[in-house]
Amino acid sequence: MISDLFTLQVLVGMLTSGIRLATPYLYAGLGETLSQRSGVLNLGVDGQMLMGAFAGFYVVFKTGNLGLGLVAAIAVGAAMGLAMAFISVTLRAEQGISGIGVYLFGLGLSELLFQQLIGTVETISGFRPVAIPVLSSIPIVGPILFNHNILVYGAFLLVPVAWFVLNKTTFGLNIRAVGENPAAADSLGVSVARVRYATVTLGGALSGIAGASLSIAVLNVFQHNLTNSLGFIAVALVYFGGWRPWGLLAGALIFSMVNALQVWVQTLGIPVPAEIAVMMPYVLTIVVLAASVQRVRPPSALTKPFVREG
Amino acid sequence: MTRWRRSSQARNTHLGPLFNAALPLLATLAALAVGALLLLLLNANPLEAYAAMLQGAFGNPNALAETLVKATPLLLVGVGICIAFRGGVINIGGEGQYIAGALLATVFALHAPAWPTWLLITVAVLFAFLGGAIWGGIAGALKAYLNVNEILSTIMLNQIAVQAMNFLLSGALIDPLQAAADSQIPQTERFAVLFDLPRLVPTRLHIGALIAVLVAVLGYVLLWRTSLGYRIRAVGINPHASRYAGIRVERYIVLALLLSGAFAGMAGGIQVLGVSHRMLTDGSATGFTGSVGFNGIVAALFGGLHPLGTIPASVLFGGLLVGANQLQRTLQVPTALVPTLNGLVVIFVVSSEIWKRRRARMQSIPGNEPDRAVPEDEPAKAALQANETDSPDGRIIEVEDDL
Repeated sequence: MISDLFTLQVLVGMLTSGIRLATPYLYAGLGETLSQRSGVLNLGVDGQMLMGAFAGFYVVFKTGNLGLGLVAAIAVGAAMGLAMAFISVTLRAEQGISGIGVYLFGLGLSELLFQQLIGTVETISGFRPVAIPVLSSIPIVGPILFNHNILVYGAFLLVPVAWFVLNKTTFGLNIRAVGENPAAADSLGVSVARVRYATVTLGGALSGIAGASLSIAVLNVFQHNLTNSLGFIAVALVYFGGWRPWGLLAGALIFSMVNALQVWVQTLGIPVPAEIAVMMPYVLTIVVLAASVQRVRPPSALTKPFVREG
Repeated sequence: MTRWRRSSQARNTHLGPLFNAALPLLATLAALAVGALLLLLLNANPLEAYAAMLQGAFGNPNALAETLVKATPLLLVGVGICIAFRGGVINIGGEGQYIAGALLATVFALHAPAWPTWLLITVAVLFAFLGGAIWGGIAGALKAYLNVNEILSTIMLNQIAVQAMNFLLSGALIDPLQAAADSQIPQTERFAVLFDLPRLVPTRLHIGALIAVLVAVLGYVLLWRTSLGYRIRAVGINPHASRYAGIRVERYIVLALLLSGAFAGMAGGIQVLGVSHRMLTDGSATGFTGSVGFNGIVAALFGGLHPLGTIPASVLFGGLLVGANQLQRTLQVPTALVPTLNGLVVIFVVSSEIWKRRRARMQSIPGNEPDRAVPEDEPAKAALQANETDSPDGRIIEVEDDL
């Protein structure tokens, strides 16, 4: 039975779904990476994802227009991000706890709106896989990498983009400066508040897309607590990835590959209790965090509100 | 901050205690106001809705008893949260710790020797305490010795606890009747009646409510009247200074999370012994916990991170849970209003801290200290803001005052 796992067909299927499952972690995690690099711990990611997932789903459910749904998810996510920025930057609230507040708010409101506006679990037809010409016909690699829906491609393309923005642009320099030494950045004329507002709002928008990638691309439904704490995992993966986009990519891939393995183990009827299999990615994340967390130091100003002295 | 604002606030410092006590209330009013807007959007009259909730939560003896039943686990979890947050660790693993506690109590209840009922109940509750302590202690050890952020580890441990619960309830601990039937509902058999917590009045209200109040008092004594609590708070306020003063910081980080988890575990055990009399799961965390791990944070924050303040706060939020059911029955407003309001309360309470800190900063200016009795709960709140020494808020002065 175990040998069933190692047929080519199963391996290809597993890797394909691993790539697909990494999508929401990449969007949410890249947004969180930017916001943490600027010094803000946004723990409301899961709530922002739920709101984005609902907004996207609702618009698609009503109009059938996927593009419009995606825009709605981005807008709602960005609004939630803006709220988090106001709370953590302007009001300088404790970030860990206010993030839990944002999470509870998003969890409750998305459910409230769902009950009020839709009521029953409905399905929609979401983004369909787009095979990339030529590349998708490469044996093995083709189906694994080049036959996904557009949000999956977007997530993976965003990794180098985020790396570039963070390391090669003035905006990225400002983000890193504000996250490491806000007082110095401030004295050089960088507006700490403006940079943090930008990253946290952008992070919210990306969380919105992450939610939509579930509700209008992968699962194509909305229900109570659709994300099931996936946003929190994304935050963990940011630590895992050492606050770097490529590190996040590695973390997201490992986590979702283990998840895919777990799904296939169950599909093939291999006698491992389902619960134990589902548990594995979480156990693995703790183990890897314990083994790796000292490798990289978090941004110095993470969770610290900035107040100009004097 | 501009100079004139400083002087105008300085004049108001005699209103300090009142101001500090009123802040969470004002924050809650603000949250209720936003909630009212939501209710309007949901086509419900906010006044009618809030009246229905009040009636449903406190309107008659039965409602009140039900509110206290809901408040009991909130209070226990909340006391644990006070300890963790005062110790400078953010425990959002209440869900998992609650499950771990309930599981151990359940294992004991299903395999209990023939002891007198008081002993059985005592040992079962101790098992629950132990279960939560283990689950919280793991996160504490990971933070103290391996530098794993406790927010992340507690989230993972929540998920692991849920799966462990599902695994055990559908396997080793399943009700033999369910195991034989086709339905295979993942639940245990009903515990022996000997394990039923005594009822206080002829309602569902059980003795767990009194235990919870006792625990809150003990939590207060622990935090403010023992050297253990003193050290936990010192580490929470300033780990570097504590280390310099010879406190073994790692040990108190582990203890803060361990105790925090233990009280959450106790909540889980008391809930299965006092209310459900068996353990059952729908596969999700909230299905079993009702989000008590998160709602306990809300209650503790509202209670000023003070175990005694958490007593009335948990009654209030227990009432919110019961009232929301009434709201759904009478006005068809979904109970999801509760997490929404809870989230708003957290946001508003935490955000309003800025006014408190401003006042604290005023008082730390030399020659401007009219009222030193106030900030008992000030330093730890400030410590939550940041665990480092280099914050510009003049907290260090407050620290001396408290310790």
